[in-house]
Parts: sequence; structure tokens; C-alpha cells
Amino acid sequence: MVRALPLLFSAAVLLPGTVLASPAAPPAPDSGDTAWMLTATALVLFMVIPGLALFYAGMVRSKNILSVLMQCFAITGLISVAWVAFGYSLAFDTSGMEAGTVNLGSFIGTLDNAFLRKLGKDSLVGDFPESVFITFQMTFAIITPALIVGAFAERMRFSAMLVFMLLWFTAVYAPVAHMVWAGDGALMWDWGVLDFAGGTVVHINAGVAGLVAALVLGKRRGYPGTPMPPHNLGYTLVGAAMLWVGWFGFNAGSAVAADETAGMAMLVTQVATAAAALGWMAIEWITHGKPSALGIASGVVAGLVAITPAAGTAGPVGALVIGFSAGVVCFFCATTLKRRLGYDDSLDVFGVHAVGGIVGALLTGVFAAPALGGFGEVADIPAQVWIQAKGVGFTIAYTTVVTYVLLKLVGLVLPLRVDEEQEAEGLDLALHNERGYNL
Amino acid sequence: MKMVMAIIKPFKLDDVREALSEAGVSGVTVTEVKGFGRQKGHTELYRGAEYVVDFLPKIKLEVAVGDDQAERVVEAIQSAANTGKVGDGKIFVYDLDKVLRIRTGELDGDAL
Repeated sequence: MVRALPLLFSAAVLLPGTVLASPAAPPAPDSGDTAWMLTATALVLFMVIPGLALFYAGMVRSKNILSVLMQCFAITGLISVAWVAFGYSLAFDTSGMEAGTVNLGSFIGTLDNAFLRKLGKDSLVGDFPESVFITFQMTFAIITPALIVGAFAERMRFSAMLVFMLLWFTAVYAPVAHMVWAGDGALMWDWGVLDFAGGTVVHINAGVAGLVAALVLGKRRGYPGTPMPPHNLGYTLVGAAMLWVGWFGFNAGSAVAADETAGMAMLVTQVATAAAALGWMAIEWITHGKPSALGIASGVVAGLVAITPAAGTAGPVGALVIGFSAGVVCFFCATTLKRRLGYDDSLDVFGVHAVGGIVGALLTGVFAAPALGGFGEVADIPAQVWIQAKGVGFTIAYTTVVTYVLLKLVGLVLPLRVDEEQEAEGLDLALHNERGYNL
Repeated sequence: MKMVMAIIKPFKLDDVREALSEAGVSGVTVTEVKGFGRQKGHTELYRGAEYVVDFLPKIKLEVAVGDDQAERVVEAIQSAANTGKVGDGKIFVYDLDKVLRIRTGELDGDAL
């Protein structure tokens, strides 16, 4: 989120008082900003369903297609409700926060705004309706747990998944979003971590949680000896293309205005993604002899992830470097590193999202500098990179520990995995009594 | 009577079908099959995960013909399906005991 947000929030907080004190009409929302934020919100939801859902659905075996689509849809429903009930308040409530002071409010918001009880029809954030801001942020809260689905695909029980996701959203997503984005007094905000659209909050967070989930649940039966090739890469490419288009809402929408920052975010998003797609394609062509469709789709996502934290501060040339680096580094992580270490992160949530997020977060500190064509207030590059690394390190540590504990807790009450027979039969039939294909 | 059964490359099906018509064949059964022979399989690579695919897709043709026609049909299939490369397939010919047309009950030569 842009650094101007505290001002926007104070405006929102002051508003009711202003209205009471003066009989004049409340300030009207800016129609341009409002129109763009409405659009951006729809674009981000479009990234999850159907974008991410299809991206994942194509990569699983045909007997599990409905299970991943179903997980994405159910998470969309679950988190939307939880966001209204308590999530928005936990993530964005600013009571008791003070710049430079570390207190409970630095880590998490209160429940003062549970069920959005403070929201009025004419409440504004900045100069557009708070209702739009809430929905916009809701879509980010939806996509983050949905990303984790790829790591435990083809083996997690649906009921355990729902319980885990609700707990993870509450204990990991909401506090991390709060620490990075809630404004003055929030932990990582006060450190000066630059995370424009959620490289840390969304991608590192989900990627690391995915790795932990893959390790706690264990490998799919037969992995890696049994072939488990993607069943329909056409879906995966369509999904990747939807993610690419939707990401303009994610990144340019994070300017929370229809302004020059949004415009530059759109440009650098396109440039970085293109560079990452070409980077992955090239390195795969060189090392494996042929460029693949799954490869270019993966490169696209790696580039989108990596430019996310930098979208508000990097210039076009910085974006080229960030994208290309992410394409190459994620290629090695999703192919070679995963094989070497032997973990079964089914759809490479760690190798693409966590690694792309880390590459992006660190390089954000480099290319925010005006000396390198950036638009951030960064004079001392090493110092900013150190701040970025602190943010990355803290998020990884926090997510790893809490995700592990939550999975173990859920595992005490509900088995996390389907049994052997169900796994062999496929989750579609075993858990949902349906087949994706009746040909 | 003979049953001529051939395994051919899928993209050669149209050529073979034409050649069979020219040879006077009035009916063919076609099945999509998989198998391996000297051509072996191929490897597929997904994000570094390599899978060896042993069985390749082929087309199986079955043509029932009279004894006098069999040689002509075999030649037609061979020349139409030949690319000169490994994996072109094989033709098998075996004796046929009986043929019956379901609609009329005609037998053997009349049923072909």
C-alpha cells in the first residue's frame, strides 16, 4: 500500500466529527478514484476465481480438478464472511497505534470494527468510499490463503482445509497485513519496509505457509516415482493469462487512486512480467532443450509476484531487472531445488510465490532509489535492502512458526490427509461425489 | 476370407482410408490404441519432473476381405502408411472363419 495511507486513514477517522460539527454536506467521493477502485477490486477477485483456480486446476491430475476448484471457491466464500465479521477490523483497525511506539496495536488491530459497525454509507478512505476499500482489501485476503492450496493439492481433506484456512487467515494473514499496511505505529510500516501491493503480506506469506503445509502433510503417495503430470495445461495457461490481466487491479489498484502512481504501477507490472516470462523460457530452453508452455506460464506468475512489492517505487528498467531475475531464480527453485530437497509442494507455491516474493522484496530496496530510476524516498540502497530483508525474515519466521502450530492443532481434531484409498481414487469422487469429466 | 489388421501412425489415417477405397474395400473399423515397438516412447518434462511415456498413440485398422482381395489391401495400406521412419506400424493378416450381416443374416462372401 502507498505510504500516503495514514493520511487517508486519518481523514476517514475524522470524518464523522466533521459531519457532526458542520451542517454542510459530507465530502463527495472522487468519481475517478472510485471508478478505478471498483474496477481494480473486480480484477483482483477475477485473479482468484477463475484465474488462480484454473491455473491450479490444469496442473493437477484429472481426478482432482474439482477439488482444487472447490477449494478456491470455498475459500472465497469463507474469507469474505470472515473479513466482514472480524478480519477487516483485525487488519486495518488503528486504535491505540502511535508512530514509533511498539505496542499490541503494532501487531494486530482490535475488534472495534467487527461486523463493520463503524462503516457508514458515506465513510471515505482518501476520497473514495470505504466500502470499496474494504472490498478491495477483502480480495487480497481471499487470494492469499487460496494460493496455499497449490502446495497441498491432491491430498488434503476438505474439512481440515476449511478449518485451517480460517485459523490461518485470523492468526497469520490479518496480523501480517496489519504489521505492513496499517500505517504509523504498525511494526513493519515503522521499520520502513516497502511492500506496495503485497509481496511480503501475500506472496512470501502464502509461499512459506505452503511449504510448511507440504512438509507437515507429507508427500503425495507415489511421489516422486509415479508420474503426476498436469492433466490440462490449456487451463493452466488460461488461468495464468487471467492472473496477468487481473494483476493490474492488484498492483495499479494498490495506488488506491487513479493517479500517476497507478499508471507507473501498471507499466512496471507489464514490463516485469514480460521479462520474467522470457527469462524462464530462455533458461529452460538452454538447460532442458525445449521451451515449455508450463514454463512460460510459471515465468509469468514469477514476474507478477516479484514486481508486486516494487510496483509503486520501481521504474521501467528496474522492473526489467526484477522480472528477469525472478524468472531465472524461480526456475531453479521450482525445478532443481525442489527435486534436490525432495519436498512435495505439488504446484510450486514456495518455488514461485515465496521465492519470487523474496527476490522482489529485496530488489524493491534497490530499484526504489531515484539513482536507479526509482520513485521511492531511498537514498541509501544497502540500508533499504537491509530493511527489506528484515521484513522478509520476520515474515518467514512468523509464518513458519504459526502455520506449523495451526496445522498441528487442526491435526489433533481432524485428520489433515485423505486416506490411501481416497487419494488413489481422487479427491473429486472421494470428497465431493463428483467427477470433473464424464466423457 | 481374411482379416487384415494394421497398426499405423495416426496422421496417416486419411491417406490409408483413401487407398482402401481405391482398392475396393467397402468397410473398415478404426480404433485409437496405444503401444510400443521399435520406436520406443518419449520423455515429457514438467517443471523439471521428467516422465518417460512408453506407449505411443497409434491407429488400429481392421478390414475383412475376400481371399482374392487380401494382397491388394495389404499393399494399399503399406504404400499409403509408409513414411520410411521407425514407427510406421505393422500389418497382420489372419484367416476369418465366418462373417454375418446382422440386418439380413447373409453369410460370408455376401456379407462382406
